[in-house]
Amino acid sequence: MGIVQNITQGFSPSRRAVLAGGGAGGLILAFSFAGKGAAADGLAKLNAYVQIAPDGIVTIVSKNPEIGQGIKTSLPMLIAEELDVDWANVRTVQAGNDPVAYGRQFAGGSMATPLHWDQLRQVGAAGRAMLISAAAADWGVDAASLTTEPGIVVHAASRRRATYGSLAAKAAVQTAPELSSLKLKDAANYRIIGQPIPQVDTAAIVTGQPLFGIDMRLPGMLYAAYAKAPVFAAKVASVDLSPAQAVKGVRKAFVVEGGTELDGLLPGVAVVADSWWAANKGRQALNIQWAEHPTSSQSTEGYAGQARSLKAAKGGKTLRSDGDVEAALSASAKTVEADYFYPFLSHATLEPQNCTAHFHDGKMEIWAPTQLPEPGRQLVAKTLGIAPENVIVHMTRSGGGFGRRLMNDYMVEAAWIAREAGAPVKLVWTREDDMRHDFYRPAGFHHFRGGVDASGNITAWANHFVTFGEGETTARSAGMAPTEFPAQFLDNYKLDVSMMPLGVPTGPLRAPGSNAIAFVVQSFIDELAHAGGVDPVEMRLRLLGKTAAAGGQGGLNAERMAGVVRLAAEKAGWGKTKLGPRQGQGIAFHYSHLGYFAEVAQVAVADDGTVKVEKVWVAADVGRQIINPLGALNQIEGSVIDGISEMFGEITIKDGQVEQANFDTFPLLRIQDAPVIETHFLKSDNPPTGLGEPALPPVVPAVTNAIFAATGKRVRSLPLKASELAVG
Amino acid sequence: MAYQLNVNGKAMTADVEPDTPLLWVLRDTLGLVGTKFGCGIAQCGACTVHADGAPIRACMTPIEAIGDAKITTIEGASALEVGARVQKAWSELDVAQCGYCQPGQIMSATALLSQNPSPTDDDIDAAMAGNICRCATYVRIRAAIKRAAGQEA
Repeated sequence: MGIVQNITQGFSPSRRAVLAGGGAGGLILAFSFAGKGAAADGLAKLNAYVQIAPDGIVTIVSKNPEIGQGIKTSLPMLIAEELDVDWANVRTVQAGNDPVAYGRQFAGGSMATPLHWDQLRQVGAAGRAMLISAAAADWGVDAASLTTEPGIVVHAASRRRATYGSLAAKAAVQTAPELSSLKLKDAANYRIIGQPIPQVDTAAIVTGQPLFGIDMRLPGMLYAAYAKAPVFAAKVASVDLSPAQAVKGVRKAFVVEGGTELDGLLPGVAVVADSWWAANKGRQALNIQWAEHPTSSQSTEGYAGQARSLKAAKGGKTLRSDGDVEAALSASAKTVEADYFYPFLSHATLEPQNCTAHFHDGKMEIWAPTQLPEPGRQLVAKTLGIAPENVIVHMTRSGGGFGRRLMNDYMVEAAWIAREAGAPVKLVWTREDDMRHDFYRPAGFHHFRGGVDASGNITAWANHFVTFGEGETTARSAGMAPTEFPAQFLDNYKLDVSMMPLGVPTGPLRAPGSNAIAFVVQSFIDELAHAGGVDPVEMRLRLLGKTAAAGGQGGLNAERMAGVVRLAAEKAGWGKTKLGPRQGQGIAFHYSHLGYFAEVAQVAVADDGTVKVEKVWVAADVGRQIINPLGALNQIEGSVIDGISEMFGEITIKDGQVEQANFDTFPLLRIQDAPVIETHFLKSDNPPTGLGEPALPPVVPAVTNAIFAATGKRVRSLPLKASELAVG
Repeated sequence: MAYQLNVNGKAMTADVEPDTPLLWVLRDTLGLVGTKFGCGIAQCGACTVHADGAPIRACMTPIEAIGDAKITTIEGASALEVGARVQKAWSELDVAQCGYCQPGQIMSATALLSQNPSPTDDDIDAAMAGNICRCATYVRIRAAIKRAAGQEA
């Protein structure tokens, strides 16, 4: 079971019980939270994060899934800092899915930092207080007279010292202090927070040790491939299973009835074999007839046609209307009208969706690369008719998340197939399965009308957004908030929304909503700037100079945003950099996930229309403290390149099916196209916030605005098409 | 059928069908899961291993085509002088985010530096263009190759 332990060396409930019962001098700190760290879902708030061995080695649990955002390093850093230990003596382990112990466990929304900044530092400080109490009792002195050095409690007056390891057993029986009573360190005294600390799994990564869901191996494990209809949720009409069963190594092939919920267990045919290669060969040998399905006539072309009709009908639902947009447009010195479009996108995590499941002793045990384990557990329980307490989910490291693994469709497939197979089963999707059965970033259509006055100030802004949904229900991640910038920063603002039905599953892609909205909003601001003869940086500062209504824009603080706009422009040499022909700079900003980001892109557009992003300057305000600069910079650089990559690909639909299937038709950016990236943090006196997402949205319009500066051609539709940017 | 293989300097036997790609022999038959499955069509490079020192995509190389080539995987990279240097640079710069592509990146970089100890940026582009990093750690991949080559950036 070595590999199993390596992958999920977690404090799963059973494992924790073992540690608690037989800790042999170890310290397990359990806390009851009453403060704001408490989960809103009413779950019990007992938490177990810290274990100290007699030799001083401290084991710290990371509660959330690791998907490459570095959380398995950064959350334990918060605890270790306030516990006051040497990072070199810290070992971190991945928690199992255990909402009773850890509250909500998820990787999403760049929420881990804001949710845990106070909470986990308090966990560490509480541990330190218990160690001090133990020493105080030992020495018969007042706890207030004791201090700590990393890993050691010190009584300066008597020069007594005791290691945490020697105190751990006694500390474990001390009463846990009230978290609110704990005094946290002054930032000036940090030894761990703020240091560039490599990921705790780096050594395992670079030597190829088993870490990921796809690396799971269990004794007697079989492998599965699962064929689903190219039209989402279409049923199996007929299939001859014998060609699959004839493949050497195939143990079993069977039809899965499935349902119609796009994020549940979809119909298909499973093939289980001694090796994955055999399973997939068996699956390829099948000739499945899929039933007709109501969405099989949908297409990208069809959506575009409907969007044109909906735009022309002007019959959208008004989500917000401030002032009088029509009157203001009529009174404007200049008006601009523009249609914008962005396509569906795939997450394309490099580790294809996979999951290992084993039904034994009435329990379904699952090892999954997932961003959201608990809903997966519930989905499995509901679909298979097993009590939730009999479904156990272990979180493995994920080979990328980007929002894809917030959905647990592959988890329920593996569970179903494993129970049917009567053996431990690892289900592995092919790349083609993955790209054709994603929860796509929804495409969207925006019809803008805007005006400027004689001084170039924006007078009116109207956005008719055509998106997907039915009745009152917007497709997942396909909505737009009525507080989205520049709402509340303009006197005359209108947002209308029309919807059309969609048979394609959609879902959150890194910086959901924002990754598309920033493109259209920040591009149209640029259009109005040019119409009004105002410099694009100046136009943005003018907009941000207005004070938004209290609580507007989901909390956007105009001053903080103006700060990063100025910083990005300054660092990029905005207006001062000598640029060649068909070379240009563009600026954009966006507020999301509590982060303030402004970015300047510098591009060169070749005569044939090929766009090269040469450099991106990033200015970021994510509060007063960068927890781990090494991880922070990596997230920002990755987000920037990810955003640029998203400008070159698209998922299209024909006959209800996704047309792309692999990286030959859905390209991802490669090393030769990665720009130079320069990041500057603007430290502001605000609590630290997350970095998994907010650096992505501004880069897209920064690039398209730079393309305009370089060529005079306005990109209103993605992906970028070289033919439209060529000379002539 | 049974194939005699030399993987990371060890003699190994794999009883598999002739069309089985080396990738799945390594992962499922031999239990060497460091080599990754990304695309299956040699587009992403996650499955990069060395055959007699040259980088190949294991996902499209059938086992019957291996012959007596000496295979080196990420699990054997530390035994190569250049491989160990590359891994060290990768660790020091903490290149990885999710880490899934990095075994393939490291094998490609090791092959590059074994052939060309002082690569230019263009050389790096040419050698690494076949390896996708979905987390887009390209800035650090380039820096780590330069560090491993002794060209401190």
